[in-house]
Amino acid sequence: MNGRRAGALIAWLACIAVAAIVVIRARYITDLSAFLPRNPTPTQQLLVDQLRDGPASRLILIAIEGADAAARARLSHDLAAALRRDPRFARVDNGEPVSEQADREFLFKHRYLLSDAVSAQRFSPQGLHAAIVDTVDDLASPAGLVAKSLLPRDPSGELLHIIDQLSSSPSPETRDGVWVSPAGNRALAVAQTTALGSDSDAQSEAIAAIRAAFAAARQSPRDGESPANAAVLRLSGPGVFAVAARARIQKAALRLSLISSVLVVTLLLAVYRSLAALGLGLLPVASGALVGIAAVALGFGAVHGITLGFGITLIGESVDYSIYFFIQSRHLLENAGRDSWQQRWWPTVRLGMLTSVCGFASLLPSGFPGLQQLGLYSISGLITAALVTRFVLPALLPRAFAVHDVTPIGNAIAAVLYPVAHLRRGAVTAAALLLALLASLILASHHDLLWNRELSALSPVSLEEQNFDAELRAELGAADVRDLIVISGPDLESILRGAESAVRALQPLLDAKIIGSIDSPANFLPSMAAQQARRDGLPNAGQLRDNLRQAIAGVGLSFERLQPFLEDVEATRHGALLGATDLRGTSLNTGFESMILHQRQGWNALLPLHAAQAGQEIDLPRIAAALQRAHLDTARVLDLKHESDSLYADYLSEAIRLSLAGFAAVAVLLLATLRSARRVMLVLSPLILSVLVVAAGLALFKVQLTILHLVGMLLIVAVGSNYALFFDRQRHADERDSQPLTLASLAIANASTVIGFGLLSFSGIPVLEALGCSVAPGAFLALVFSALLAPGGATRA
Amino acid sequence: MVAALLFGSASAADGDLDQLMTLLAQRQHGHVQFVEQEFLALLDHPLESSGEMRYDAPDRLEKRTLAPHEETLLLAGDVLTMERGKSHRVVDLQAYPQARALIESIRDTLAGDRAGLEKLFSVEFAGSLAKWTLNLTPKDVKVKRSVAQVRIDGAQDQVLRVEIRQADGDRSLMTLRASPAP
Repeated sequence: MNGRRAGALIAWLACIAVAAIVVIRARYITDLSAFLPRNPTPTQQLLVDQLRDGPASRLILIAIEGADAAARARLSHDLAAALRRDPRFARVDNGEPVSEQADREFLFKHRYLLSDAVSAQRFSPQGLHAAIVDTVDDLASPAGLVAKSLLPRDPSGELLHIIDQLSSSPSPETRDGVWVSPAGNRALAVAQTTALGSDSDAQSEAIAAIRAAFAAARQSPRDGESPANAAVLRLSGPGVFAVAARARIQKAALRLSLISSVLVVTLLLAVYRSLAALGLGLLPVASGALVGIAAVALGFGAVHGITLGFGITLIGESVDYSIYFFIQSRHLLENAGRDSWQQRWWPTVRLGMLTSVCGFASLLPSGFPGLQQLGLYSISGLITAALVTRFVLPALLPRAFAVHDVTPIGNAIAAVLYPVAHLRRGAVTAAALLLALLASLILASHHDLLWNRELSALSPVSLEEQNFDAELRAELGAADVRDLIVISGPDLESILRGAESAVRALQPLLDAKIIGSIDSPANFLPSMAAQQARRDGLPNAGQLRDNLRQAIAGVGLSFERLQPFLEDVEATRHGALLGATDLRGTSLNTGFESMILHQRQGWNALLPLHAAQAGQEIDLPRIAAALQRAHLDTARVLDLKHESDSLYADYLSEAIRLSLAGFAAVAVLLLATLRSARRVMLVLSPLILSVLVVAAGLALFKVQLTILHLVGMLLIVAVGSNYALFFDRQRHADERDSQPLTLASLAIANASTVIGFGLLSFSGIPVLEALGCSVAPGAFLALVFSALLAPGGATRA
Repeated sequence: MVAALLFGSASAADGDLDQLMTLLAQRQHGHVQFVEQEFLALLDHPLESSGEMRYDAPDRLEKRTLAPHEETLLLAGDVLTMERGKSHRVVDLQAYPQARALIESIRDTLAGDRAGLEKLFSVEFAGSLAKWTLNLTPKDVKVKRSVAQVRIDGAQDQVLRVEIRQADGDRSLMTLRASPAP
C-alpha cells in the first residue's frame, strides 16, 4: 500500500470517527416542524403553535361501538371516570354532568360579574321588572323546577343567562346519560391531554392509558348487564394520528429496509459472487449516510425524523458507485490494470454525482426545513460516497481481487436492445418526440388537478382514517375548530377586552345568523374593565330595595321572599373582582385555557366561530370587514385549514420553481463539462422524457402530485443522469470493448434502485408511496430511454 | 274463598285498568287543546298558559304553548327538544328523572303502556271506564322528593285532566278538551 492510499484511509477513518461523534450527540426531533415554515409570519407562527401545541392538538376523540346502547353508556361512564382520575388528562367530556356542582356554584356566586346583561339599566325599576317577568314565565316550563328554587336569590335570571351564554355552541345528543352519535350507534367522548400535542411519547402514553381503561371497564360488567365484550374502542385526533403515523413509518421503514436490503444484497451477491465485494460495496453508502446525518446535525442544530427516514433512500444512488467500480474495474483488471478505472470511469461518475448535487442543491434555499435537510443530507452523502468509492475502495481492495464476470448479462441486454439500436436515428428521435408530446398533452389536459395543494396530502394518515375523524368531529360538533378570531395583546386584560369588543362588533352578524355563535374566553372570565363596569352598575342597598319594590308591582311575588337577592347583590358590590386563578377547580378553567395562548411574544385569545347550521361556510371576509369597521386592529380572522393549505401551496410552488432552477443548473454544469450543446441535449432528453412519462402516468392514474413526487422527479434526474452520462462517455471514448460490462453495471444498479423504490410504493404510507411510485418507474425509464436514445448506444460487443 | 273475596275487588280493578289501557292503546293519534294552571307558593296568583297537544303512537308527544308565550316541547323517544324564542335545547330525559316522571305519566297513559307506567309509578285505578281516575305515585325516592303524585282523570279513551302535585305543595292542573276537527 503506498503512502497516498494510506493517507486516504486515514482521512476516511478520521472523518467517519468525527461524523459518528456528531451523530451520537445530535438532537433528533420528530414533531411536525419539518413541514412548517422556517421564517413564519405572525399568522403562520400562530398556526404552527396551534397545530403543534394548541388545545385542538391535545384532543383525543373517543368512540365506543358495538354491543348495545346500555353497555356502551356504562363503558363510557367507567372509562371517563377512570380517565378523570388520571393526571395525564386535563379534561374528559362524555356528556356526564361531573363538575356541574362546582361549576354551578362558581357561576351562581359570581353571576353579577359574569353576566353580560348586568348594567345599571337592568337594575333600574323597569329593567328589573322586565327581567323578573321573564323569569316568572320560565317557571311554567320544565326548566321551572330549577328556576323555582333559585328565584328568591336570582329573580332576574342571571344564572340561566350565563349558562345560555356559555353553551351557545352545539353539543352532541345525550342518551342514557352519555353523548351519542345522531344515529345512536356509538357513544362519544373527548379527552384532552395534559401533555402538548407535539409530545408524541406523552401522546402515545395517553392513548395506551385510554385503551387500558377501556379494557378494564369491559372486563368488569355490572349485574344484569348485556355483555360488553362486543364493544370496541376507536380513537382519533391529531395525537392519535401522529402516534400511529410514527409507529407505522417506523414499522414500514424497518420492514421495507429489511426486505430491500435482503433483495439488494441477494442481487449483489449473485452478481459479485464475493462477500468481500459485498461488504466493501456497502461502505460508500454507509459512509455517506453517516456524514449526511452529521452534516445536517451541524448545519441545522437538530435532525428531523423525516431526514433519517427518507435520507438513506435519496442516496441509494451511491450503491451504484460501487457497482460501477467493481464491475467496470474487472474489465480493466483484465486489460490495463485497476488504477485506470479512476482515469477512464471516475470522471463520468464524478460528473453524474455533480449533476445529482446540482439537483439536490435546489432544495437548499427552500423555506421548508424538511426539504432543506434532505438537500444537505443528499449533497454531503453523495459527495462522501463518491469520494469513498474513488479513494478508499481501491485502497481496501485486495490485489488480484475480481468480482464474477458479468459480461454475459451485458451481452444479453445488448441483444435485446440490438434491433432498436439499428433503427434509423430519425425514427427513434421521432418516436421520442411523439412520446414527449403525448405525455405533455396528458399533463396539459390534467393541468388543473395535477398538483395537490392541500397539506393533508402529506399526511401519513389514510383517507379512511381522515374520514372517520371528520365524522367524529361533526358528531361532536363543537370540537372542530376551523375558523378563529385571534386577538393579540401584551397581557391577559388587553386580550379579554379585545375579545369583548370583537363579540360586540360582530353582534349584528350573530343576530343575522351569518355566524351561529362565537366562543370567547371573556364568557368565562370577563375583563377587569367589564367586571368593574358591571359592579359599578349595581345600585346600593337602599336604591335596590326601592327599585325592587317598584319592579315587582303586579307580578305576584312577595317582597319579603326576595331578601336573599338583595343580600347577594350587596355582597357582590363589596366583593373582589375575578382573576384567572378563581376559575381553578372548575371545569370552566379548561374551557378558558383552551382559548388563551400565552407565548413569548405576548398573549393571544382564540375565539372559535361556529356556523349557524352544520356544514355551512362562514363568511370570513364579512367578519374581517366588521372587525375593521370597529377599528379592532389587534383582531385577525384565521381560517386554520385555509392557512395551512396556502402555506403548503406556497412551498409547493416554491419547490417547483427551485426544482426548475436545479434542472437549469444541471444543464449549465453539463454544458460546461461536455462543451457541446448536442451532447447535453442527448444526456438530458432521456431524463426529461422519463419525468414527463412518469408525471403523465401518475396523472392518468388520477394520482395528484405532491411535494414528494417533486422530490421523486429530482431523484429520477439525479439517478438517470448517471446512466445517460455513461452512454455519452461510451460514445465519445470509443470503448466498445467495455460496453457489455457498462451495460451490465447499469442494469444491476438500476435493478437495485427499482427494488428499493418499488418497495416504497407498497408501504401504505402516502409520503413514501409518492416517492416510490415516481422513482421506481422513472429510474427504469431513464435507463431504457438513455440506452435507446444514445446513437449506437447498444451495439453488440 | 276468603282470599277470593278479599282479592276480588283488586282483580276487578286490575281488569278495568287492563281494559282502559287496551282502549287507550287503540288510539294512534290525539290532538287536544289544553289550559294549564300552576299554583306556586312564590306567587300570589296562578300562572296560566294554554295551547295544543298532539300525540302520535307509539312515543311522540308534542306540546305547543301558544299563550302567554310561544313554546314548543317535543318528545320523541327519550329525547326532549325545547324551543322558546331564540333558545333551542335538546335534553336526554334519562338524565332528568323528575322531568321524565312528569312527561312519561302523560305519554304512557296516552299510549296505554301499562308496563311503562308501572316502571315509574305505583298505579291505582278508580272509577269505571266511563269515568276513570289514575293515581300515579313515583317509585323512585329522588323523584318523590320533587313530584308527590300525578292524578289523571278521563272518560273512555279521552284524557280530561292532569294534576301534578309537587312535594313542596306547589301544584299544576292541566285540563284538556278535544280539538275542533280541522
